[in-house]
Amino acid sequence: MSIQRQRPPRKNPLQRTTAPLPPPARRSRAAQGLTRAAAQGQFALHTCQNCQTVSYPARDACPKCLSENLVVAAVQSGGTILSVTTIQISGEPYFRRLAPARQALIVLDCGPTIVAEVRPDCVSGMRVHASLHLDKAGQPVIYARPENGDANSDADPHWRELVADPLHRRCLITDGRNPVTLPLAKSLLAAGAAKVVIGVSERWKPFAVAAKLEALGAVELVDLDLADDQSVSALASDYGAKTDILLHTALHLRPGSLMSGAELLKARDAMEVSYFGALRLAHHFGPVMRSRGADRDNSAAAWVNLLSIFAHLSWPGFAAYSATQAASLSFSQALRAEMRGSGVRVLDVFTGPMEIDWLEHLPPPKVQPSAVANEIVAALKGGEEERWVGDVAKDFRERFAANPKEIERDLWQQ
Amino acid sequence: MPLSRNGKRQPYNDIYAVAPVSLTYQRYSTQPAQWWIGSALRGLVAASGISHTAFDGLSLASFTLGPDPAIAMTQHFGLTTRWIDSMAMGGASGIAAIRRAARALEAGDVDIVACIAADTNYTDTFRQLLAGFSRFSQDAVYPHGAGGANASFAHLTNAYMDRFGVTREDFGRICVAQRQNALRNPRAIMKKPMSLDDYLCARSIVDPLGLFDCVMPVAGAEAFLLMRGETMREHGLGGARLLSSIERHNAFPDDPVQYRGGWALDVDELYGMAGVEPGDIDVVQTYDDYPVIVMMQFEDLGFCAKGDGARFVADNDLTIDGSFPHNTTGGQLSAGQAGAAGGHLGIVETIRQVTGSAGATQVAGARLGLASGFGMINYDRGLASGAVIFGGDGV
Repeated sequence: MSIQRQRPPRKNPLQRTTAPLPPPARRSRAAQGLTRAAAQGQFALHTCQNCQTVSYPARDACPKCLSENLVVAAVQSGGTILSVTTIQISGEPYFRRLAPARQALIVLDCGPTIVAEVRPDCVSGMRVHASLHLDKAGQPVIYARPENGDANSDADPHWRELVADPLHRRCLITDGRNPVTLPLAKSLLAAGAAKVVIGVSERWKPFAVAAKLEALGAVELVDLDLADDQSVSALASDYGAKTDILLHTALHLRPGSLMSGAELLKARDAMEVSYFGALRLAHHFGPVMRSRGADRDNSAAAWVNLLSIFAHLSWPGFAAYSATQAASLSFSQALRAEMRGSGVRVLDVFTGPMEIDWLEHLPPPKVQPSAVANEIVAALKGGEEERWVGDVAKDFRERFAANPKEIERDLWQQ
Repeated sequence: MPLSRNGKRQPYNDIYAVAPVSLTYQRYSTQPAQWWIGSALRGLVAASGISHTAFDGLSLASFTLGPDPAIAMTQHFGLTTRWIDSMAMGGASGIAAIRRAARALEAGDVDIVACIAADTNYTDTFRQLLAGFSRFSQDAVYPHGAGGANASFAHLTNAYMDRFGVTREDFGRICVAQRQNALRNPRAIMKKPMSLDDYLCARSIVDPLGLFDCVMPVAGAEAFLLMRGETMREHGLGGARLLSSIERHNAFPDDPVQYRGGWALDVDELYGMAGVEPGDIDVVQTYDDYPVIVMMQFEDLGFCAKGDGARFVADNDLTIDGSFPHNTTGGQLSAGQAGAAGGHLGIVETIRQVTGSAGATQVAGARLGLASGFGMINYDRGLASGAVIFGGDGV
């Protein structure tokens, strides 16, 4: 299973582009508890807070003690295969296209027996590692692979359906001037991306990392002004059908008070690149990406929105910026809904303040752009829908979920 | 787990199943389940000579009747009932229907119960049924390859083969014998002879299951009337006397993979209540959506010890004229699976067998018949199991 997938041959333009087919999408409300875990790349199952019994499939009361206090909590992912089979025939068009499918009955170390898709080298009696993923319908499924040995499942087409691996894919980074660009291009290429196209606005202005980017090899710098519809349209006419992973990284970070006269202008500028920029990208790149969600091995796979944690809660002193982030988060949710069934994933990456010039005044910990880049690629390789990068972001996630008013007050103190 | 309460149950008091009705199955039907129920009611009237307006009880099993509940059938077909039951236990629905109706009859709550199972099969019905079969299945099984019941039974079959050293040939003997039986049943969907080689060489569906391990989903209906002996005699009818029954749900939940069904908990009660031994049974109809579950029933119903199913099959001739006449219609594997009616098929045939009215599939001299049911792969195993024993004249 350690074979790296070969780069697919050039597409025959006379051949029909395979249309996206959705896998079975029905789930109960309780099962959506697993959706959140899968979205964050976590293996978590319903765990009784009264007697600690782990139950699966998703229930509404504990089968052991009948407590209703079931929480989806991280559990041990190890298990042993009881039986494995090859499904040659399915009535679902999605699985008929992908046939055959390997399915196993697995008893997990944490208790329950699960049904999972498994890597083809799994056999009965084998120890396996189970993980939760979102399928192409955006719904939770479990995949298992051998516990020992190579972790690379790349040769399994069923695994490729569950992730948005950059391998052999063509990527577009929309804001070359974001400090994350250089490490992100490096990380994508290190993950096997076929090409990284980088949009740069106002190229006549100094762009310090241009030479370093070009030295990476399969990188192309292109004109892209997210605030200009014609610019986005022109790029889409050349690259729309060649963009498999779009990474919207617009960063327009300026401090400012709501009550300052300049804030309106700053808000307009920031909205133009972040939110309206996203709308322009959706208009010009969205339809073709959506139609290419099942286009062979290097289909359109993901749209990444790089967001600030302050999309969730306004950051004192950065009112306009926070508003653009909140709007962009809303954009992301809308895009995910419109991409549903296409196989194109929408990934939100939330970061705390990065270690950049504009935020020099903030005390550490701040997140390094290279860490953001690595985690974006890791989230793509895991097929995640949401990733929180860095200690500040993780701290924010916990506290915001527990009590948003507490963290709102705390931000006033900073 | 409550143990068998053998000896504490009241025996059945003069309860009879009469007027067995089987409609000819169709691979695909253009007619809805309601049409099949109407046809079954017509069949019951024709077989019994009793007007449907005299049916004061209705027990219905169907997967495809939506949006109608059973009660809607009273107005639809002009019945005025004082007792109604709706069975949602898949292949155990027929057994459960008998058990409930019998006690209502004994209590005098009802006089004539029409027990009907009917399902249509439109071109996309079966896929839709699998996609939304149960919440556990929808949440946790179907999205992993959409193999349906085939995949669930592939796991049970795998585990059973591993545990007891059973081979595909062992299962094949069951399927081949049933096909031989089906050739004598004019209503069977499968009409071509099948050899063990045909069985073994059939294309793989979900390994180790091949094409002939899987039932053909069809449209159809099975029905019978249940009544007290006095009512039966008033109408000048004969029937099969209900001697005993068992039913169990979610038995052995701690078995990691199902290798036995609820029958194993209740089998002593089944024979004890009827006052017979397994060896006394003249003809057996097991629930046979896959051969592995047939083999489990041979064991769990006491015809052989656990793990001896394969040897039992090899040592016996399972055809109509054989040493162990079994699934004399060809069973679901060769006659077709008409949805919920799959669990009534064996019951209706048992009524025919013990009343000597099975025609071409008649087992000579059959007086004691056993029919069993199994149903509802809610997640990783079948939840429901049940069985009945019927006796003919002189039993």
